[in-house]
Amino acid sequence: MSDQAALIGGAADGQGAGGSVLVDPSFLWRRKLKDRIARVVLFLSASLSVFVTAAIVYILITESMSFFEVVSIWDFLTDTQWTPLFTDAHYGILPLLSATLMVSGIALLVAVPAGTVLAVYLSEYAPAKLREAIKPILELLGGVPTVVYGYFALLFVTPLLQKFMPGLNGFNMLAPGLVMGIMILPYVVSVSEDAMRAVPDTLREGAYALGFSRFHTALRVVIPGAFSGITAAYILGMSRAVGETMVVAIAAGQNPNLTLNPSEGAATMTAYIVQVSLGDLPHGSIGYQTIFAVGLTLFVITLLFNIIGFWLRRRYREVY
Amino acid sequence: MKSYQQIISGNKRTDRTFVVIGLLVLLIAMLTLVALILDLAIQGLPRLDWDFMTNFPSRRAARAGIMSAWVGTTLVMIVTAALAIPLGVAAGVYLEEYAPKNWITDIIEINVTNLAGVPSIIYGLLALGLFVYGLGLGQTIQVAGLVLALLILPIVIVSTREGIRSLPQSMREGSYALGADQWQTTVRYILPSARPAILTGSIMGLSRAIGETAPVITIGALTFIAFLPPSPVQESVPFINFDWLESPFSLLPIQMFNWISRPQADFHVNAAAAGVVLLAMTLLMNSFAIYIRYRLRKVL
Repeated sequence: MSDQAALIGGAADGQGAGGSVLVDPSFLWRRKLKDRIARVVLFLSASLSVFVTAAIVYILITESMSFFEVVSIWDFLTDTQWTPLFTDAHYGILPLLSATLMVSGIALLVAVPAGTVLAVYLSEYAPAKLREAIKPILELLGGVPTVVYGYFALLFVTPLLQKFMPGLNGFNMLAPGLVMGIMILPYVVSVSEDAMRAVPDTLREGAYALGFSRFHTALRVVIPGAFSGITAAYILGMSRAVGETMVVAIAAGQNPNLTLNPSEGAATMTAYIVQVSLGDLPHGSIGYQTIFAVGLTLFVITLLFNIIGFWLRRRYREVY
Repeated sequence: MKSYQQIISGNKRTDRTFVVIGLLVLLIAMLTLVALILDLAIQGLPRLDWDFMTNFPSRRAARAGIMSAWVGTTLVMIVTAALAIPLGVAAGVYLEEYAPKNWITDIIEINVTNLAGVPSIIYGLLALGLFVYGLGLGQTIQVAGLVLALLILPIVIVSTREGIRSLPQSMREGSYALGADQWQTTVRYILPSARPAILTGSIMGLSRAIGETAPVITIGALTFIAFLPPSPVQESVPFINFDWLESPFSLLPIQMFNWISRPQADFHVNAAAAGVVLLAMTLLMNSFAIYIRYRLRKVL
């Protein structure tokens, strides 16, 4: 309001002075300055994200550097034991990595078929009203805190599975894998449905005109057409599963274990970081540095998945 | 050779089968959600009473409560909201309204997208290395609020941008035609019109932050805190103080995690009760956000 008053006042003054000057120049100058300041402040807020990324990379690399001065990268990548806190210390990431990939793999075995079927159903079959009702429910599924999913995996799903599989450990990779599959399902559905809906209707109508059923249209036209977007959904879902922490920290146990048997417990990379953070290792010790080395590995893996995923997503957006 | 009637009825059968499979998958997903909520409620609701809300953690499960946890969560959320909402909205406004098309803008956009995909525990490592030890801020409420704010920043930015993008260009031009400059247009037209979208994004972000456990464990949130942070309100001038920012803290998800990891079943009941509170908070916030978005769509 004050600016408007100034504008009117300025104009009136200007006319009073002879009609040649319309606006008080100092008012215009102040206005320009305000606009400049706003622009700078907004730019700084936006560039914060660049600083955060840089800080993450910087912290992970500097802390890991001191770790890799003691442990060679070769040992880190090939040693089959991870016992950094024992007197006979081994620093092989393989057990943590294999557990991470095993749990994420199980999650994908759930999320990929279920997610694809649901996405096809939502984009090709479901009436608009039903779709609008289902999507919020899926969103709620994705909004449940991960620690609650962890509770569910350890104290509901594991006992339930043990009724059918007596050999299942209290801590195992199967239950958190299954729960994580449900957890990433909404994300996989939303990204792949997005891709399927981007396939132009003209292609669908062409298929219908040739006598295709909805199912064959989905299978032969929509899925191939949205292929890069659907792959992106799987890869981004995988990236989420790899970085997920609480479900595995709670239900998969904290014991590094190089095994391919999903009924055994095994610590993942994220679970190890949690385990070390709960104790109090002195800042600067080799044990403290291990979590940054593990974190760096995790960051590189998820970054790789994310880059591939975003690249694929961008590709389908360009096609249509 | 099949007649076309056979082909058509075959096609219809395939389609019907697929609808059944689709609905079945949907049903399984929903049943999981229902099982999760029911399990928590059956285990936890009977434990939930006034004492549980006002007691501090205790070695004895029956006397333990979540007082320090929910107070901690509330205070941390205040810090997170105070940082993430203004910064996220400002960044969103910049990227939609101000940013020139050049490589600097490209880099910012790539970073926002990338940060949304970084695992939350990595943010915890950032906070541990940079805020806790690098800047010496300690394992305090301000650090927890800060790291959760960074974590949800992409959510606020993206929803702000979506809100702004849906505004018609003609209204902007109308504003300029009336003599408003870019800043005035932003403050008086863009922000008020994008408010529902910003609100949705902020609530979704905060509800995510409430449930986040991993990054706060990494910076060293305590699970056993038998005192409250100093009160933000005081009797003498200036009536508020910020000592609580530097207090150690506990949070609801941390408390729940601690109780889950104990072997005794009594503590698992406590965990369920804490889980009920946590789940109720996040589901309520999410439903509210979804409702606002739904109404927004109807208006447009």
